[in-house]
Amino acid sequence: MWSGEYSFVLQNLVLKDFRIRYRNMSLGIFWSLLNPLVMMAVLTFVFTVVIPNRQPQFPLFLLCGLVPFNFFTIGWISGTTSLIDNANLIKRVPFPREIIPVASVLSNTLHLLIQIALLLGFALWYGKGVNIHWLWLPVVWVLEVILVCGMALVFSGLNVYTRDIRYLVESASTVLFYLVPIFYFPADSPKFAFVYQYNPLAAVVFALRFILMEGIAPPASLMWRLSIGSMLMLGIGFLVFRKLKVGFYNHL
Amino acid sequence: MGAIQFQHVSKIFHRHTGQKLIRHHFRDWFRRDEEHDFYALKDVSFQIADGENVAVVGRNGAGKSTMLSLVCGLGAPEKGTIEVNGKIAALLELGSGFHHDLTGLENIYLNASLLGFSRARTKQLLDSIVEFSGIGEFINEPLRTYSSGMVLRLAFSVALNLEPEILIIDEVLAVGDQAFQEKCFEKIFEFRHSGKTLLCVSHSPAILLQLCDRALWLDHGELMMDGKVADVLQAYAGHTVSP
Repeated sequence: MWSGEYSFVLQNLVLKDFRIRYRNMSLGIFWSLLNPLVMMAVLTFVFTVVIPNRQPQFPLFLLCGLVPFNFFTIGWISGTTSLIDNANLIKRVPFPREIIPVASVLSNTLHLLIQIALLLGFALWYGKGVNIHWLWLPVVWVLEVILVCGMALVFSGLNVYTRDIRYLVESASTVLFYLVPIFYFPADSPKFAFVYQYNPLAAVVFALRFILMEGIAPPASLMWRLSIGSMLMLGIGFLVFRKLKVGFYNHL
Repeated sequence: MGAIQFQHVSKIFHRHTGQKLIRHHFRDWFRRDEEHDFYALKDVSFQIADGENVAVVGRNGAGKSTMLSLVCGLGAPEKGTIEVNGKIAALLELGSGFHHDLTGLENIYLNASLLGFSRARTKQLLDSIVEFSGIGEFINEPLRTYSSGMVLRLAFSVALNLEPEILIIDEVLAVGDQAFQEKCFEKIFEFRHSGKTLLCVSHSPAILLQLCDRALWLDHGELMMDGKVADVLQAYAGHTVSP
């Protein structure tokens, strides 16, 4: 019935979010940098001064974890509430509903780009020169965006039916902070390897460390796990969403 | 084949659909109460042919807006079938889809894309939309600086220029000033003359008599009467006066 252009709607919704967020914010970009910098400073202090560790260039090690983690949680949470936030639109205009959570995730990519710039800046600062393996970076980031879109589709749909899903998601992101090896070394606890072995977000972190810290290409097995995990999540997202969207009108 | 066809359509809201928390789901598992079912529409059947101009009248809460939402495909009926043929443009609520922090121009793009315009078509129509709205310089100002009349004009300009086959208007005509209303009527008449379908909700008999030939009267979700607009309006007026 709806015969519009998906990319055109997506573009306008993402632009809308950008404009609303950054138009009235003279320090807009600065705010995107503040959070990871504070987290990095605190964690660096705790794990180098309070509890010393053997990891050289610890701030860079942290950022490789913090930047993808931040994007994941912000995208997941804002995606989860996106349908409720746009309830009046959904009740009044018959366009494909999938666009809303996807646009919500994509509108966090500007934020992500700024943080990536920070991460790359730190890599250069620590004397990690640009090399051919940096070509893997866009692949890794795109796969993470795909992963978050899948999560947003599932949880935004559920949140329409049960409004406290968003609080579960918020708590889950806190737990996730410890399930992804952001500030510790997976090699230290091989017993718990299963926690991050099949976790696509952990795969993003590992891949970034291979590329930026060791200057080598991420192993193929890691990239396979990441690709399959992300694509699977997106597929599940669309399937679940299609089931759920039938009842949106009654529940919004 | 008609433009819009309703066959024994019922739209049921359970008392507890709507905003739920986890505890509400638990409660529902334990007791399932059918008695709280609310029929927003009850066994409604009608057929609207291509090119008809139909008014929908009824008290607040009679099911008019629910019916229009179903025609637009926003929700699905619990019982019965609905068939709609043709591209719809709906003005269900003043400026739904508009954002007050975006400028008029940005809102045109956003709204046009949501309503189903392509990128190229929007660019083509942009000038005529802006011109029709008569908003002038304000088009580059954020929407929050607009009066409600200006928002209406913008919303109308987008929807009317979409060249839909079915136009749906829900009680929004009353906001614009005399001059813009006349401009809208002119456009709607033009729309009628090109053989397209109009579905219109209003509490103003004058507007309905002017725009429509036929009327549907809904009361408590049931179709009370379906006939010539003057007859239906008369019966409806008599019904509301005498209790």
